Amino acid sequence: MLLMNNSFRISPKLREPLTFYLLISPWLIGLLVFVLGPIIASLVLSFFQWDLISPAKFIGLRNFKEMFTIDPIFWQSLKVTVIYVAFRVPLALVTALILALMMNQKVPGIGVFRTIYYLPSVVSGVAVSMMWIWVFNPNFGLMNGALSAIGISGPGWFSSTTWALPTMILTSLYSVGSTAIIFLAGLKNIPDTLYEAADLDGASTLQKLFQITIPQLTPTILFNMIMLLITSFQVFTEALIITGGGPANSTMFFNLYLYQNAFAYSKLGYASALAWILFTLTFICALYVFKSSRKWVYYEGGE
Amino acid sequence: MATITPTKENATIKIDKKPFLSRYSKTQLSGFVTLCVFSVLLIFPLLWMVSTSLKAPHEVMSLSMKFIPEKILWSNYVDIFEKYPVWNYMWNTGFLTFMNIAGKLISCTLVAYGFAKYNAPGKNVLFVILLSTMMIPWAVTMVPLFILFKEIGWYNTFLPLWVPSFFGDAFSIFLLRQFIMGIPKELEEAAKIDGAGVLRILWSVVLPNLKPALAVVAIFSFFHTWNDFLGPLIFLTDPAKATLQLGIQSLRTQFNVEWQYMMALSVISIIPCLIVFFIGQKKIVEGITLSGIK
Repeated sequence: MLLMNNSFRISPKLREPLTFYLLISPWLIGLLVFVLGPIIASLVLSFFQWDLISPAKFIGLRNFKEMFTIDPIFWQSLKVTVIYVAFRVPLALVTALILALMMNQKVPGIGVFRTIYYLPSVVSGVAVSMMWIWVFNPNFGLMNGALSAIGISGPGWFSSTTWALPTMILTSLYSVGSTAIIFLAGLKNIPDTLYEAADLDGASTLQKLFQITIPQLTPTILFNMIMLLITSFQVFTEALIITGGGPANSTMFFNLYLYQNAFAYSKLGYASALAWILFTLTFICALYVFKSSRKWVYYEGGE
Repeated sequence: MATITPTKENATIKIDKKPFLSRYSKTQLSGFVTLCVFSVLLIFPLLWMVSTSLKAPHEVMSLSMKFIPEKILWSNYVDIFEKYPVWNYMWNTGFLTFMNIAGKLISCTLVAYGFAKYNAPGKNVLFVILLSTMMIPWAVTMVPLFILFKEIGWYNTFLPLWVPSFFGDAFSIFLLRQFIMGIPKELEEAAKIDGAGVLRILWSVVLPNLKPALAVVAIFSFFHTWNDFLGPLIFLTDPAKATLQLGIQSLRTQFNVEWQYMMALSVISIIPCLIVFFIGQKKIVEGITLSGIK
């Protein structure tokens, strides 16, 4: 192998860059074939009409025109996804932060809590979606069973047009523990001396929370916010398994609609155009959060 | 802290009880209670799933809800192996998981080592590209990849579901790079003076120090592949090639869902995740901390 063979004469100046590029070559090839190539192909496809059978036909911006002017489900899926993101991200951040703050107080059994909170994140997948269908089953589910025990007749949850989306948001909080553990790591990084100084000044618990803990934690908040934002825009499995977009498109998530266009209706060009809308939307949101973070993220020594 | 002298063994229980509560402040105790409540909320649905998987059909569809089944039917778990090709699902899922772990460990170590220890023109740009690929939604690449794999005859084979892992994964590369940067230079330089080549150094100097990080990559890619639904859904149509995730879903497409079997298969699919989780728990927490903070 070239890498090991020192007798193969290359000028020493070139040796290091060459080694670098050889080492990263698997990723470089993968980047071209599985990432950059498909991205360009997707952009090109978004200007075409193609069902994989008849030849692809260039139609300019017609795909985009169709979604913005004719396609009502496009707007519905956009609305569903934006509502989901707008509720899930802050809810998850606040819940995770509260859990992390409580875990950080040297309570007994911290190891057990950490295990229990992180556990739901590793069992994601179809099984958990099935679990939710069953727990929220209107007739035989755990949720309505518990509600009827205290005299409330529960709604149809996933089968109700008003409740389906809120229930999706609620169940998404199941994996909030992984966010909480990142917060916990951030909390552990805050120097004790800050709190000791505040204690000397006679600061209250709330004052310490808002004057020390939250400002010190803002870099972690930013990280978690971006991660939640990206994953929330991409919800798919839950939507496909639990509701399939129904009832009456009330949980038609953007990626689900995109998937249906690509694989159920064989509208590959239209699906690609949809993907670019999602990409742009995610990118703008992430960029906005990053830009605004300059105003609220506190960096030690001011970056 | 209550001081307990070891000689007074009889008294320890008495002394221990009172200080336990007074040792903690009110906020700590209310925090503890909230944490307990939340734990129950998280665990209960899973227990309900196990409970349903052990019930008889009439008890599953019963309005009076019992947490402990009247008669615990372990036979549901036997039935499910007879009724559905569960071994087949497990084998397929296990194969894909193994290949993905192997692929990522090999490729990501090489790439991460390159990024961590070698300099070259264009390196910084490439590293930024590596990080930004983590942000690309799968929806953007999904359609072209589907067409690509279909064109080269990989549709309805396992190949599209594991071959890409041999070409690296941005998150794992990043994680390993962070870790390799922390390995002291002296170790490598000593080996270099001895005339060892790049791969030799990687194998005998870097790898032994990299084991904890490799474990994190293996664990994360286990969960990722084991729970993957979209990939198998798009690329596999042959029921004989179905993974566990597809298998669970296939129980639902029938006219009448038999929830005891559905929950039993779900439990089966979750157990390996739990085992890996409990074995690798400490490493997982280290891993998310490593990736999450700076």
